[in-house]
Amino acid sequence: MSTENTLEYKTTKADFEGKQEYTITVYAENRIGLLNRIAIIFSKRKINIESLNTSPSEIDGIHRFNIVIQESYEVVRKLARQIEKQIEVLKVYFNTNDEIIWQELALYKVSTDEIAERVTVERLLRQYGASAVVIRKDYTVFAVTGHREETDALVKALEPYELIEFVRSARVAIIKDSAGFHEKLKEFEAVEPGEELVENEFLDKGQKIFTM
Amino acid sequence: METAQETIQQTGAKAETSKTFKGTGSQVLLNGLIEEGVTTIFGYPGGAIMPIYDALYDYADKLEHILVRHEQGGIHAAQGFARASGEVGVVFATSGPGATNLVTGLADAQIDSTPLVCITGQVFAHLLGTDAFQETDVINITTPVTKWNYQVTDAKEIQEVLAKAFYIAKSGRPGPVLIDITKNAQIQVEEFPEYIKCNHIRSYLPKPKVRIEYIEQAAELINSAKKPFILFGQGVILGKAEQEFKAFVEKTGIPAAWTIMGEGAIPTSHPLNVGMLGMHGNYGPNVLTNECDVLIAIGMRFDDRVTGRLDKYAKQAKVVHLDIDPAEIDKNVKADVGVWGDCKETLPLLTNLVNENKHEDWLAKFKEYNQQEIDQVITPELYPTGDEMTMGEVLRNINEICGGDAVIVTDVGQHQMVACRYAKFNNTRSNITSGGLGTMGFGLPAAIGAKYGAPDKTVIAIIGDGGFQMTPQELGTIMQFGAAVKILILNNRFLGMVRQWQQLFHDKRYSFVNITSPDFVALAKSYYIEAAKVDERANLKAALETMINHEGSYLLEVMVGRENNVFPMVPQGMGVSEIRLK
Ligand SMILES: Cc1cc2nc3c(=O)[nH]c(=O)nc-3n(C[C@H](O)[C@H](O)[C@H](O)COP(=O)(O)OP(=O)(O)OC[C@H]3O[C@@H](n4cnc5c(N)ncnc54)[C@H](O)[C@@H]3O)c2cc1C
Ligand SMILES: Cc1ncc(C[n+]2csc(CCOP(=O)(O)OP(=O)(O)O)c2C)c(N)n1
Ligand SMILES: [Mg+2]
Repeated sequence: MSTENTLEYKTTKADFEGKQEYTITVYAENRIGLLNRIAIIFSKRKINIESLNTSPSEIDGIHRFNIVIQESYEVVRKLARQIEKQIEVLKVYFNTNDEIIWQELALYKVSTDEIAERVTVERLLRQYGASAVVIRKDYTVFAVTGHREETDALVKALEPYELIEFVRSARVAIIKDSAGFHEKLKEFEAVEPGEELVENEFLDKGQKIFTM
Repeated sequence: METAQETIQQTGAKAETSKTFKGTGSQVLLNGLIEEGVTTIFGYPGGAIMPIYDALYDYADKLEHILVRHEQGGIHAAQGFARASGEVGVVFATSGPGATNLVTGLADAQIDSTPLVCITGQVFAHLLGTDAFQETDVINITTPVTKWNYQVTDAKEIQEVLAKAFYIAKSGRPGPVLIDITKNAQIQVEEFPEYIKCNHIRSYLPKPKVRIEYIEQAAELINSAKKPFILFGQGVILGKAEQEFKAFVEKTGIPAAWTIMGEGAIPTSHPLNVGMLGMHGNYGPNVLTNECDVLIAIGMRFDDRVTGRLDKYAKQAKVVHLDIDPAEIDKNVKADVGVWGDCKETLPLLTNLVNENKHEDWLAKFKEYNQQEIDQVITPELYPTGDEMTMGEVLRNINEICGGDAVIVTDVGQHQMVACRYAKFNNTRSNITSGGLGTMGFGLPAAIGAKYGAPDKTVIAIIGDGGFQMTPQELGTIMQFGAAVKILILNNRFLGMVRQWQQLFHDKRYSFVNITSPDFVALAKSYYIEAAKVDERANLKAALETMINHEGSYLLEVMVGRENNVFPMVPQGMGVSEIRLK
C-alpha cells in the first residue's frame, strides 16, 4: 500500500461508466512473485490485461509496471486500490491515453529478396517511419516505434510481401503530469507518514457532499 | 562465519555482551517466535520441516506446541486463538500436502482479516522446480489467500522475514502471512545478529495519519441527521477500539446494529444495541437501513450478506464510512464521507466533534419493529410449544446458564445464524465464527484454539451435524492436550441451511441434504471425552448445565426439529427492506 495522495486519482473525464483504455503505472519493490500477485488481481475479476511491461524505474531498485486494460473508471479505480494494497507496491497511478506519452516497439522480418525486388516496400517503410535493424541475404528486420495504429498499419502494409515474423512489445508510458518518484520515495522511507501524505479524493468531494 | 565465532569466543567479554547467536536457521526461527511473544504453536510435522521440529524439542519450556490431527485443524485452531486473544496465531506445517491442507484456513483468515503467521517447510533449495518429493509451489498456491508470503532459501533471511511477517500480520488490516522455508535454510549454521522487530516497511502503510477534514465532514453530517444509524463490524474489534466505539455511540445516542463479525464489540444488552444486520439479521435494522438519513458504517465492509441487493440499499441515506482499508471505501457502497483510518484513532476524534444527542423517537421505531419480530419469530423460536426442540431454545438456555460470559465458536449453517442471533455477549472477542468464507469444519478446531487464547473463559463450540463431520479428527487433539472445549452438536439430521434454501427456493427438492451421522456420543467416548445426548426438552437444561459445569471437555448432542427454518430472511437478490418474517 502506499502513502501520499493514495486515493486521489485525478481524472478529467466526466465519463465514469464507459470503458476506455487505461494505462496503470505501478511503482513496486523488485521482488520475485510480485508480478503474479499483481496479475491475479486482474484474473480474479476476469479482466484481460492487454499489455504488460515490467522495467526498472528512475530509481535504483524500484520496478515500474505498465499495465494496459480496457475498463471503466470505476473498475480501474478499484483495481488500483487493490494493487496498491499489496505489501510491496509503493504507488499506483492510472491514466487515460491523453494523459501519457506512450510507445510500443514492433519488429518485422521480411524476405530480403522481396524487398530488393519490389521498391514499393521500401517506400512503404519510409512512410511508416521504420528503420532497418538487420539486413541479411535471406531476410531483413525492420523496427517501428509508435502507437498501436502505427505498428498495426505496417503489418497490414507488409502482409502482401511475405511478412515472415512479427512481434510487438508491451506499452511503455510516461505520465505527462508527473515529477517522478524521487521525492515521493523519501516520504515512503520516513517512518512516520507526513501530513501531506494522506490527502485523498474523499476530501475533494467536500462540495459535492454538502450541496447534494 | 566460523572465524567470526572463533574471534568472539577468544575475546570472551565480547561474547557475553553481544546478543548474537550461533546456531541453525531452525533455532533462530524459534528464538524469533519467542521474541515476538509467541507461546503457543499449532502444527503437524513432516519431512521438510523436520529440522524445525528437531529444534523445537529443546524449546518445550518456552513454546507450547499443540499437535493437531490435520493441518486444516491446525490453522483453524490458530484462527480461533487469534480471534479470542487478539494476538497472532502461529502454525507449522510440512511441505506438499501439509502446506496445501492450510489453504482453506488461509482463505478463511484472509477474508476475515485474522492475523496468522504460518511456517511451512520446503524441499532443499537446490531441488526447487524438480518435482522433488513433497514439493509444491506453496508460494504461488497461497498468493491469493495471504496478505503476504515469502520463500526463505538462506537462513540469513529468517530473522528479517519473520519480523516482517509479524508486523504485516497484525498491523493495519490484519491478515495471514506464510513463510516457506527450504530445508537447507533450516539446517544452515550461522552467526545471527540480535533479533530486531519490524515497525516500518517503506512500501506498506498500515494506516494513514488521520486528516481532521474527514472527521469534520463526518461530524457535520452526523450532527445534522434526524435519523442516523450506525452499522459496526469486526473493524472495531480488530482495532481494539471497543471503548472508543462505546463512547461514540453513547454520546451521539445513535442506534447501532452489528454484522456477525462485529457482534459483541458492545454488549448485547446495551440500550443502543439494536441487533443484527443482514440476511438473517433483525427486522428493524434491515428495514430501517432504508429509512435512515445518515448511515455511519464503522469497520465493516458492506458484505453482500449484509446489504442484499445493492441498488436497493440505503439509497436515501448519506453514507459515512470509517475504514482502515482504502480499498473498502467506495467498493460496494459509495461513501459521501470516507473516513480513512484506524477507528481506534478516528472514533475519539469524531466523538469530540459530535453533539450529545438522544434519538428517542427514532430509537422507538427500532423497538416497534423488534416487538413485531419478538411476536412473530423470536418467541416461537425461544419458547416453542411444539414437541420438537428448536435451536433457539438451546441458545436461550445457554444464555441463562452462562449469562453472556461464554466464548461461543460456531460452525457454518443454520445453527450459526441462530447462535449469532440469540447468544448474549457481555464481552468482546466472544463470538468466533467463519464469516466471509463460511467454512464448515471451522467450529471444532477454532474452539480448541479459542480455549488456548482465552483459557479462563468457558468456550462452547456450536456445530451442526454436517459440519462436525468435516473436522471430527480434532477430537484427538482435545484428547491428547485436554483443551476444555464444550462441544454442542445441534443435530437436525440435515444439511439444514442448504435444505432451507431448497425448501424455499427449489420447490422442496431436497437434493443430497439428508445427511446421516455416526453415534456422536460413542465417537466422543472413543476419544475418552465425556458425552451425552438429549432428545427431550425436559432434560435439556440439566444436560447443558452438566456440560458447562463439567471439568474438561464434553460433547453434548441435542436433537432439534428437522425442518425448522431461520427467519427473518432477506432472500438472495432482494433488498434489505424486503426481509421476510416467515
Ligand atoms: C451462512 C452465512 C450467513 C451469513 N449471514 C450474515 C448475516 O445475516 N449478517 C451478517 O452480518 N453477516 C452474515 N454473514 C457473514 C458475512 O458473510 C460477512 O462475513 C460479514 O458480514 C462481515 O462482517 P464485517 O464487515 O464486520 O467484517 P470483516 O469482513 O472482517 O470486515 C472488517 C472491516 O473492518 C475494517 N477494519 C479492520 N480493522 C479496522 C480498524 N482498526 N479500523 C477501521 N476499520 C477496520 C476492514 O478493512 C474491513 O473493511 C454470514 C455468513 C455465513 C457463512
Ligand atoms: C466446506 C463447506 N462445504 C459446503 C458448504 C455449504 N453449506 C453451507 S451451510 C451447509 C449445511 C450445514 O449443515 P449442518 O452442519 O448440519 O448445519 P445446519 O445448517 O443443519 O445447522 C452447507 C453444506 C460450506 N459452507 N462449507
Ligand atoms: Mg444440520
